[in-house]
Amino acid sequence: MKRRALLSVAASLGASLAVGTLISGCSTNSPSSSGGSSGPVDLTFVSWDPHMDSIVNIWNAANPDIHVSLVVPSQGADELVTKFITQNKAGANPDIVKVEYQSLPALISNSVVVDIGGYVPDIASKFDASALAQVKFEEKIYGVPQDFAPLVFFYRKDVLDSLGLKVPTSWDEYAQVARAVNAANPKQFLGTFSGGDPGWFAGLSQQAGANWWSTKDGTWTVAVNDKASTKVADYWEGLVKEGVIKRDPFWSTQWSAEMNDGTLVGWISAAWAPAQLPNIAADTAGKWAAAPLPAWKAGDATTGIWGGAAMAVTTNSKHPEQSAKFLDWLNTSEEALAAQIKTINIYPAATKGRSLPELDKPPVFMSNQPDYYKMIGQIAPSARSFDIWGPNATLTFGAYRDGFSTALQNGTSLSAALTSMQKTTVDDMTKLGFTLSK
Amino acid sequence: MTTATEKPSTVLDSDRRTSNRLLPPKRKKLRSSALPVFLVMPAVVLMAIITVAPAIYAFVLSFMGRKVTGGLLGGGTQEIFVGLNNYVAALTDSEFWASITRMLTVAVVGVPATLILATVFALCLDAKRARLTGFTRIAIFIPYAVPGVVASLLWGFLYMPATSPIGGGVIDYFGSTTIFFSVANIAVWGVVGFNMIILYTAIRGLPAELYDAAQLDGASELQIALKIKLPLIRPALVMCGLFSVLGALQLFNEPTTLRPLANAITSSWVPLMKVYSDAFVTNNIYQGAASALLLVALTVGATVVVNAVGRRLGKANK
Repeated sequence: MKRRALLSVAASLGASLAVGTLISGCSTNSPSSSGGSSGPVDLTFVSWDPHMDSIVNIWNAANPDIHVSLVVPSQGADELVTKFITQNKAGANPDIVKVEYQSLPALISNSVVVDIGGYVPDIASKFDASALAQVKFEEKIYGVPQDFAPLVFFYRKDVLDSLGLKVPTSWDEYAQVARAVNAANPKQFLGTFSGGDPGWFAGLSQQAGANWWSTKDGTWTVAVNDKASTKVADYWEGLVKEGVIKRDPFWSTQWSAEMNDGTLVGWISAAWAPAQLPNIAADTAGKWAAAPLPAWKAGDATTGIWGGAAMAVTTNSKHPEQSAKFLDWLNTSEEALAAQIKTINIYPAATKGRSLPELDKPPVFMSNQPDYYKMIGQIAPSARSFDIWGPNATLTFGAYRDGFSTALQNGTSLSAALTSMQKTTVDDMTKLGFTLSK
Repeated sequence: MTTATEKPSTVLDSDRRTSNRLLPPKRKKLRSSALPVFLVMPAVVLMAIITVAPAIYAFVLSFMGRKVTGGLLGGGTQEIFVGLNNYVAALTDSEFWASITRMLTVAVVGVPATLILATVFALCLDAKRARLTGFTRIAIFIPYAVPGVVASLLWGFLYMPATSPIGGGVIDYFGSTTIFFSVANIAVWGVVGFNMIILYTAIRGLPAELYDAAQLDGASELQIALKIKLPLIRPALVMCGLFSVLGALQLFNEPTTLRPLANAITSSWVPLMKVYSDAFVTNNIYQGAASALLLVALTVGATVVVNAVGRRLGKANK
């Protein structure tokens, strides 16, 4: 009985691909020319946003010729990327997929998504340079940015006020406040360092000036353990070792409980946090406030980015033109953006979306901070990302989870974990055949 | 002692039923040599499609790799033959061996605990003075009916400091050492009832005259349990040991479910988790296939060893 379970693991491993290769012969690798306007077309769209269905319904009601069916995935975002790559070989991908920015290069390198620049020629003019940089590679546009997520510092205003502490504006001040909070109540902490969230650490490194991936003339430079990232790792390692910052990963039940019961009184997060907080710390609604991320140098407004996603059209899609049109509407039209801000609480990537009246009202959870979106609007232009996300960023992210969790568990050096992330990333890119400078 | 082998026969039963339906009574003239072949066909075909074919495919995949060509992002990507590279990579990867070591650590804690607890429960239930045996038997067996993921979530909440009713605030259940006991505990809790039933059934199958004779000779209840029942159920114990070892090799649900709760468990904590994360998280299906096949070899090896040891123990007994 048990042995069968083992074999079936090996079996399913093979099975998913077996089907893949059988059918791959029939899949087309160029945009299909059958996108004519004869009769209504049906598009499938994979997205994990809560309430996305209501926005898709608006489109379907207005466009009887292009019907979109929403599929809510059951996997996490990383596993979804692997699934798309596998399904691509089988020609079984949905027409439109939502993908986090750091995974888009992996999909491009596996020929999973197509250039949509030709279908929606004016798309580039609807975004600013930093949003566009996430989807534009070698002059081709592989997706439409949905949201933009600069790092923001969230804190319990009531707790900091009662302790007479000022909101930290620099990382030095952040460390002082962390010590003060913990000194006033040894069971209270200003934050936690998460070994489970590589995108978060990447954002913190971006703020410090890191550039994990960059390219020049078709050659890659990988610098996961560059000076800036090492500085960030050392800074947090110091606070964790001092015991003033916890080391529980985000999103665990333990962490939610601590956020909710006031053990944690701060969270370095991103613009989308108010949409998540009601599920994490429902009892603390109205007690939080948001402020710009503490700076390394006084007066430097630079921040990083955590998450954010684009939507792309797959190579498998038989209707790339209609799919691109839907994405254009979904992420750049006032109607759809207003609905997304209201129901999904996104901070839109499209330039036009950032001046919508919907942004005058704060998200429900932040009702005590009426200018929430105004503040986000002010910090968004100074958010920087890496030049480009590597074609194997998911592997790098996996190496972060393993390396940093273990280092936090055993109290070993975080910068050593960064070095092993660098090695894992470079080894894999070399093995895959990318050209690396060294 | 034959009781434990009854479980697989339920599968055969259902196959037999289907074949009977396919075979109306009129066709009784079918040559006797062809009939057995015909009867096993459905099972063989299913096995070929569901197990053998994918296993062969996984075998082929384990010799392949991915290579990108041209362009910054390597727009073209092809499957190439890489020989034994994936196997070499797996065998020289210290993380692969570390994951095996961790699995064995859990096994060293879990397998003896399972066997000892199951034996003690079975002997106690069979003791003359035992009361409420029906209820107790079911109560010990019920965790086996709880799916592994659910059990792990349940125990996760018991372990987590924020929600723990069993001292999670004082004891760190996710510590570097305690984690092995925490994981083993969940597995043991799940399977001890199943093993107990096997052993209990074996004890019930022993002839009662043995006990009468022992009693006449003045043996106490405890002496009967330890000196008569225990040696006689040794074959059943060996089988329970085999099940437990195979269960340990397939450790996956428990650590995977506990993983997001703490830093102690990495994505390659046990071999099966490494196979999973190679294939489905870091998108190296080829490496995953190679590791999976190595694990199959390991499982077969462990089965042979446990069987051999068990047989020797059985002989020593006679």
